[in-house]
Amino acid sequence: MTPELFITRHNHLIDPFVHVWSWQIPVYLFLGGWVAGNMILTGYFMLGGRHTRRSPLLSALPGLSLVLLSLGMLALFLDLEHKAYVWRLYTTFQWTSPMSWGSWILLLVYPALVVTWLVRPPLILEDLSQTVERITNTLQGRRDIVRTIGITSMVLGVALGVYTGVLLSSLVARPLWNTGILGVLFLASGVSAAAAFGHLVTHSPDERALTVRIDNVVLASELGILALFLVAMLNGSAQQVDAASLVLGGPFTAPFWVFVVGLGIVIPLIIQLLAVRHWIQHTPIAPIMVMAGGLALRWVLVLAGQVSRWEPGTMGMP
Amino acid sequence: MDSLSRRRFLRISAATIAATSATAGVARLAGRAAGEGGPARGLHTVPTFCDICFWKCGAMAYVEDGKLWKIEGNPADPLSEGRLCPRGTGGVGAHFDNDRLKAPLIRRKRRGDDEWVQVTWDEALGHVAEKMQAIKATYGPEAVALFSHGLGGTFFKHTIRAYGSPNIAAPSFAQCRGPRDVGFHLTFGEEVGSPERTDIRNARCLVLIGSHLGENMHNTQVQEFAAAMDAGASLIVVDPRFSIAAGKAKHYLPIRPGTDLALVLAWMHVLVTEGLYDREYVAQHGFGFEAFAAELAPYTPEWAYPETGIEPAVIRETAREMARFRPATLVHPGRHATWYGDDAQRSRAVALLNALLGSWGRKGGFYAPTSMDVPGYPYPDYPAAPLGKVDNPGGRYPFALETLTTGIREATLTGQPYPIKGWFTYATNLVTALPNEAETIRAIQNLDLLVVVDVIPGEMAGWADVVLPEATYLERYDDLNVELFREPFVALRQPVVPPPHDQQPNWWIARELAKKLGLESYYPWKTIEEYLEFRLTKAGLSFAELKQKGILRGRPQPIYYEDGLTPEFPTASGKIDFYSTALRDKGFDPVPKYTKPADPPSGMFRLLFGRAPVHSFGRTQSNPILHEMMEENELWLNADVAARMGLADGRYVRLRNEDGVVSNRVKLKATQRIRPDCVYMVHGFGQRAVRLRRSLGRGASDAQLTTRYKTDPLMGGTGMNVNFVAVEAEA
Amino acid sequence: MARYGMAVDTRLCVGCMDCVVACKTENRVPEGFDRDWIAYETAGTFPALRQEIRSERCNHCDNPPCVTCCPTGASHVDGFGQLVLVTHNACIGCKACLASCPYDARFVHPQGYADKCTFCVHRVKEGLDPACVSVCPTHCFTFGDLDDPNSAISRKLASRRSHPLLPAAGTRPRIFFLD
Repeated sequence: MTPELFITRHNHLIDPFVHVWSWQIPVYLFLGGWVAGNMILTGYFMLGGRHTRRSPLLSALPGLSLVLLSLGMLALFLDLEHKAYVWRLYTTFQWTSPMSWGSWILLLVYPALVVTWLVRPPLILEDLSQTVERITNTLQGRRDIVRTIGITSMVLGVALGVYTGVLLSSLVARPLWNTGILGVLFLASGVSAAAAFGHLVTHSPDERALTVRIDNVVLASELGILALFLVAMLNGSAQQVDAASLVLGGPFTAPFWVFVVGLGIVIPLIIQLLAVRHWIQHTPIAPIMVMAGGLALRWVLVLAGQVSRWEPGTMGMP
Repeated sequence: MDSLSRRRFLRISAATIAATSATAGVARLAGRAAGEGGPARGLHTVPTFCDICFWKCGAMAYVEDGKLWKIEGNPADPLSEGRLCPRGTGGVGAHFDNDRLKAPLIRRKRRGDDEWVQVTWDEALGHVAEKMQAIKATYGPEAVALFSHGLGGTFFKHTIRAYGSPNIAAPSFAQCRGPRDVGFHLTFGEEVGSPERTDIRNARCLVLIGSHLGENMHNTQVQEFAAAMDAGASLIVVDPRFSIAAGKAKHYLPIRPGTDLALVLAWMHVLVTEGLYDREYVAQHGFGFEAFAAELAPYTPEWAYPETGIEPAVIRETAREMARFRPATLVHPGRHATWYGDDAQRSRAVALLNALLGSWGRKGGFYAPTSMDVPGYPYPDYPAAPLGKVDNPGGRYPFALETLTTGIREATLTGQPYPIKGWFTYATNLVTALPNEAETIRAIQNLDLLVVVDVIPGEMAGWADVVLPEATYLERYDDLNVELFREPFVALRQPVVPPPHDQQPNWWIARELAKKLGLESYYPWKTIEEYLEFRLTKAGLSFAELKQKGILRGRPQPIYYEDGLTPEFPTASGKIDFYSTALRDKGFDPVPKYTKPADPPSGMFRLLFGRAPVHSFGRTQSNPILHEMMEENELWLNADVAARMGLADGRYVRLRNEDGVVSNRVKLKATQRIRPDCVYMVHGFGQRAVRLRRSLGRGASDAQLTTRYKTDPLMGGTGMNVNFVAVEAEA
Repeated sequence: MARYGMAVDTRLCVGCMDCVVACKTENRVPEGFDRDWIAYETAGTFPALRQEIRSERCNHCDNPPCVTCCPTGASHVDGFGQLVLVTHNACIGCKACLASCPYDARFVHPQGYADKCTFCVHRVKEGLDPACVSVCPTHCFTFGDLDDPNSAISRKLASRRSHPLLPAAGTRPRIFFLD
C-alpha cells in the first residue's frame, strides 16, 4: 500500500503539479524547431549548388524564418514573469545554462538568416534595393563563400534545433525529459516540419520531390527515435518508468498516440509514401498534419514533462 | 424551528450606516498609551502577551516604520521560553483582518435579522445601560448573566458584579475542563488548573488519553513534550485516532471510543494486584486504599479487553511500563474532558491512577504551582445578590466548582428558579460553544437584552441586540497576568499599535458602561495605567520596568515534595481520597464505575472532534495568515471504510446526525489513521457568519451536529462525544 | 568559509506549522505562497502505523540544478555561507529554475522574480538563526556550518542517523532529517 502523503504547500504553478510553462513554450519550440529545419534545408541546398538556379525555397525560407523566429521569441518573451529585465540575458554568458547558450545562439541566427537570404533573395527585394542586388550578385559568383554560408546555416540550425532539447533534458527533476534522446527528437521534428512546409509551398516540382523524400526519411526516423525514447524510459530509473506511464496509460496517452504519433507521423507518412510512389495524388493535408503533429509533440512533452517528477517521501515500503 | 432555519447573520446594509468619523477619532484617544507612541520610522519592539488562545505566552511585537511587522516570543517568558506557537506567530493577522468589527452596532429590527445601525459608543452603551436598568427594576440585577472567556473578561466581571449579578460563567468549565478539575479536586483536593500543573518536561513516562499534544498546541506543553521525547521518555498514547503524538508513541492503543474509563480501571487493577504502585506514597498520603482496591477487583485486563479492544497483554505491558518509571510517570489529565457524561468520574480515575504512581507533587508528575503576590485593586464591596446564583438550583450538581453556563441557559429557557433576561458575552461564540445550538437560540429569544463583545463578527454577534467591537490584544492594555505556574511571574499586555477603527479595549468598555449605570465608584482609577501601576507598586514592582521588559519574574519556589514542599490535600479526609466519602454521601460512586457507551447505529459513526495547531476554536479562521495555513477542516474516515462506501479521498461529503441535522460540505480525508467506527474533524469550521468572508462555508461544524449531550451528574459538564453521524456523498 | 546546512529532528517535529507562519511574517512571503511547508507521511495499516513529519524548504544544495540552469546568473551560490540565492533584478522570470528543482522549492513571486527560502540570510548575517529555527517550539532544528566539525549541526549529524531528501537526484542537499 502506498504511504499517505500530505503536503501543506500550495504554490501557484507548482502545486499540485508543476505547470510553469504553458502554450508559450511549445509554440516557441515548434517555431524554433521549424526555423532550425529551414536553416538546415537551406544550408543543404546551398551545399548542393541549388542557389545558382531558381529556388523558391531558398528565396522564401530565410525571410520566413526571420518572421517565424521573431514570433517564437515573442512567445518566449510573453512567458517571462520579469519581462523588464529580459536584457539581463545579454549582459552575461552562463556556460552551464542551455538557455544562456540558446539566447546567444538566437542572437547569431538572425544575421545568419539575413546572410542566407541574400544568397538567393526574392526578385522583389533585389528590385527594391541596389545593395541587395549587389551583394547577391557577389555571392552568386563565390561558390566558396556560399558553401561557408551553407555550412554555417546547417551548424547553427542544428544548434538551434538541439539546444532546446538539451535544455529540457538537463532538468533531472523532470524524469520524462531527462534523456539524451530528446535533443535528437526535437531536431528531427524540426527538420520534418521544415521539409513538410517546403513540400507544401514550393512550386518547383524538383524541390517538392526532394523535400517530400527528406520528410519521409525524417518522419520514419522520428518513429524510431520515439520508440527508443520510450524504451530508454522504461529501462531507466523508477522515476522514468513512472514518467513513461504518463503516455502509456496515463493522462497523456490519448494526445500522444492520436495526435503526435497517429495523426502527426504515421498517417501523413503513409500518405506521402503512397504519393511518392504515385499511388495517390500529393495532397496538402499530409504536410499540414506533419506540422500540426510537430506542434503537438512539443505540447504534449512540455506538459507531461512538467507533471513527471521525483516522488517525494522517504519512508519506502512496506 | 422557524428561527433556526431562517438563520440571519451579521450584515451591514450600507444605507443604514451613520457617519461616525468624528467620534471615532476622539474614541481612539482614550485607548492611546505609551506603546503606541513609538517612532514613526525604523524598527522598535513592544513586549506584550498573546491572546490568540488563553495560554498568554509572552510575546515581542515588532513594528517597522509604524506598521506591525511580526511577533516573536519574549525570551523572558517562562510559558513560551521565547517561542510562540503558530497561532501566536500569526497574531499580526488579527490586527490586519479587514473583516473584524469596526464600530458599535445596534440591531434595527428583529433579533437575528441582518440589519444594523452603526452608532457611537455613547449611544451603544447608553442603550445597554438603559436596558440593564429596566431589567434590574423588573427582575433584579441577577437577571443579567455574563458569559466570559479569557483574561479580557476581568473588567466585565467587575462591572456585572458591581451591577449586582452573581451569574458569571465561563464555557471552559461545563463545556471543557470542568470534569477534569472536579475529578482531581475530589481526589487530591486541588484542581489541575490552567496552565496545567503537569511536569511533562521531566516525565520519564507520559500517558496521553485522547490528548493530542502537537495538534493541540498548548505551547508550554508541546515544548515540554518535545523535550521529554528528546530525553527518551516512554510515550503511551490512547486514542481512537492515530494522532501526531501517536506517531511518536512507544505504545499506541487504538481504543474504542467511550471506553477509556475501563482501560484506566484495568490499569489500576494491574498496578494494585501486581503490587507495582508506590506503596510508601500511598501509605503516607492515601485514605481508603483498601476499600478502593476492593472495588478494583472485577476490572481485570480480560474484562477490559472486549470493552476497549485493547489486548490484555498490552494492558499489562503498558501498566508495567508506567510503574517502571514512577513517580516520574505522568498520566496526562487532558483538557477538553466533556466526552460521555461520566467525565468527572473518568477524570477522577485518571487522578487515582496518578496517585497510585505517586506522581502528584513529584518531579515528572504534577508540580505545585506558585504565583507572584500582586494585590488586587481595592474596590467597594459588591452588592449582595439576594436571589443567589441561578445556574445550579438546589445544588443539583453538588460538585460543580464554577458557574454552569448551560445552567444559566436552562434558567433563561425555563424562567426557573428565576428568569434571566439579559446576556453579555465576552470573547465566546456561545452558539458553537454550548451543545445543542437550538436550545441556545431558543433561550436567546427569551432575552430582553443580548450584548456581544468581540473582535470579529461571529455567529453569536449575529443574534445580538448590541455588538461592541473590542480592540485586539495588540492594540490594548489588559489586566495583569499573574500566572499560577512553575515559577512566579507577572506579565503586562500593552498596546503595540493603535486600533485601526473605532474599537476599544475591554477595560474601557466595562468602565464606560459602569459609568452609565451609575457605578463610577467601582472605577476609582482614572486611567488603566493608574490601575496597573497601583497594583504593581503594592507588589513592590516597577510599572516602568514591566512596560520595558514585559515580564517580571519572582524567586522560584519549591514545587515538588522532593524539594521540601509539604504535601497538603484539602479533601474531606485531608489525604488523597482513594475512596471518596464526599461522593458516597451524595449518593455517587466513591470509586469510579464503568458505564458501557452506546454502539453507533448501523451505518453511522461516532463523531469525534479536536484541535489543529494553527487555529483556536473558531476565532482564527478569519485571520488571513492562519486561514492560509488551514482553510477548511476535513472529515477523517477510515480508508478501508471509505473504499467500501465508494468514497474517494478528497471528495466532498456531508454528515447527517441522528436528529436529521445535515452539515455543510466537507472534504473527506480517507486515511488509515482512524478506527473504522468513528469519524473525526477539527473543531471551529463550517462557519455561517456572513461577514467573515474567509471562513464562511469552509468545512463543516461539529458543533452544529452536537445536538445531543450527556450531562455529568456530579458537576453539570456536558459530554458531547455522544453524537453519531452518517456520511453521505455530496451530489 | 562557512557552508550552512540544517538538521531537522523528525522525532521532535509535530508538524505544527510554526515554521511556516514564522517564515511568512519574517520574510513577508506573499499571500498564497509558501517558502517552507510540512510533509506528513504515514505508512502501514491501522493501527500498525508509522509516521514521519518533515518541515521542508529549499535545500541549498551543493550541486544545485537551479543555479546551473539559470541563463542570467541571477540564481547563484553566494559567497556567504554557500547559500543558494536569487538576485531579484537579474532574474528574467524564465522559470527554468522552478522546473529544475526536484523539491518544488521555488515559486514565482508576484513581483516577477523566482523566490524561495533564503535560510533567512539577513538574520544569519546578524548572528541569528533563520526564523523557522528560532521559532520552533519543539527545538527540532539545528542550523549551522557543515564544514565546522565542532558546530552543533556537525555534532548532531555525527551522533544520529539521518537522511536527506531525494539523494539519488544528485543535488547533494544540505538539509538532513534525523531519524
